[in-house]
Amino acid sequence: MSIYNQISSNRWRTYFIIALFIFFISGFFFLIGQYLQSPTEYFILGFIISLISSIAGYFYSDRIVLLTVGAKPADKKDYFDFYTVTENLAIADGVPMPKIYVISDPSPNAFATGRDPKHAVVCATTGLLGMMNRSELEGVIAHELSHVKNYDILLSSIVAVLVGTVALVSDWIMRSMWWGGSRRDDEDRGGRNPLMLILFILALIIGPLVATLIQLAISRKRELLADASGALLTRYPDGLANALEKIAGYPQPLKNANSATAHLFIANPFKKQNKGSWLVNLFSTHPPVEERIKILRSM
Amino acid sequence: MSPLLIVIGLVVIIGLYFVGTYNGFIVLRTRIQEALSGIDVQLKRRADLIPNLVETVKGYAKHEKEIFENVTKARSALMSAGTPGEKAQADNQLTSALKTVFAVAENYPDLKANENFKDLQRQLEDTEDKVAYSRQFYNANVLEFNTKIQTMPSNFIANMFGFKVAEFFEAEESERKKVEVKF
Repeated sequence: MSIYNQISSNRWRTYFIIALFIFFISGFFFLIGQYLQSPTEYFILGFIISLISSIAGYFYSDRIVLLTVGAKPADKKDYFDFYTVTENLAIADGVPMPKIYVISDPSPNAFATGRDPKHAVVCATTGLLGMMNRSELEGVIAHELSHVKNYDILLSSIVAVLVGTVALVSDWIMRSMWWGGSRRDDEDRGGRNPLMLILFILALIIGPLVATLIQLAISRKRELLADASGALLTRYPDGLANALEKIAGYPQPLKNANSATAHLFIANPFKKQNKGSWLVNLFSTHPPVEERIKILRSM
Repeated sequence: MSPLLIVIGLVVIIGLYFVGTYNGFIVLRTRIQEALSGIDVQLKRRADLIPNLVETVKGYAKHEKEIFENVTKARSALMSAGTPGEKAQADNQLTSALKTVFAVAENYPDLKANENFKDLQRQLEDTEDKVAYSRQFYNANVLEFNTKIQTMPSNFIANMFGFKVAEFFEAEESERKKVEVKF
């Protein structure tokens, strides 16, 4: 698959995801509205919520993601290697230099976000920067730049925002139904338990939606492809292989990662003790590190 | 009627192919020029660091005249180089001259501990990486351009409009072997 195919496939998947998201969320609100006897109003509310979060996801996904993981901008003085390695690899790849951010966390990991190479961000944890030598860091950054160049970042960042929105909305509805439900029980609306109904709708609609979104955003191929094009850029696959070994060898998970952003990272931020929601755990977000290292070593 | 339509269709398709290929050549040639000036930026950056380095090292190792001369000579050769080949050769010379400087610096502990020197060394190493990576980008584009010029059927269009193969940015094999550190 050439880089141009990857870019157009990522673009189309992004549009498809946005359409799917708006359709499902509006439909979900419509169903709730029907239960509450005002379907049109709820449908419009759902449509507006999903539209706004899609637009925000498209234009501001990088800022939203950086905010949720608690990343701060990195300057050349304090992060000389990080800065210059990113600068150099951007030169080699012929893309503008992305903005660079750091997360203050000892667990080594990195990700890229943004909507296109002109609005791209590469983010690394302080743990990663402290642990890697220059060639290993080059391997990691080259992997991230490959995600930038083939527009993986557009798709995965939007999915992060949309899954985050689903989590927020379902959380909010659960809460309001909990309180609203008990009030309605006082009014004695018959034997229907609204909480059970809502849980049922949640499981019916939100579950598959989140699963589909994440499945569309991640694929084993995507990470393996970025590994390969990263190695092509640095001409030194062992750099990334060594880096992945170090990342896999570190036992502690990343504090600020959640199930909405986990798929962005170069290696699973939850480590073995999976902290993500049960939904996300159904789908392994990353190909096994051992397999990736084996492929890189054989290049 | 229908044979005429087929002929018109064929002419349109061939015409579109001509335009597309020609534009592709122009895009690639422009990118090659841009990539070459990208290398120039890094080479100039590298050359600009040299006087600073020489001054710093002179403060500690005054009598190592020969290496200063070598570095300065390599620097002016780099500044006056014209073609990509000449530039590559001059850059390799500078690299080997710099290696001697840093090898000699090993004998001067005070120099090695100097903050200014350490910073210069770091910046020179980084600039060397930058030269290497901008060269990689340039050569990748030259490879694409030259392949297109020499392969069927785009070579017809290249001949028609006089597109010439571009020069890779690399030194001769013999030049490359000269890069050795002498003690």
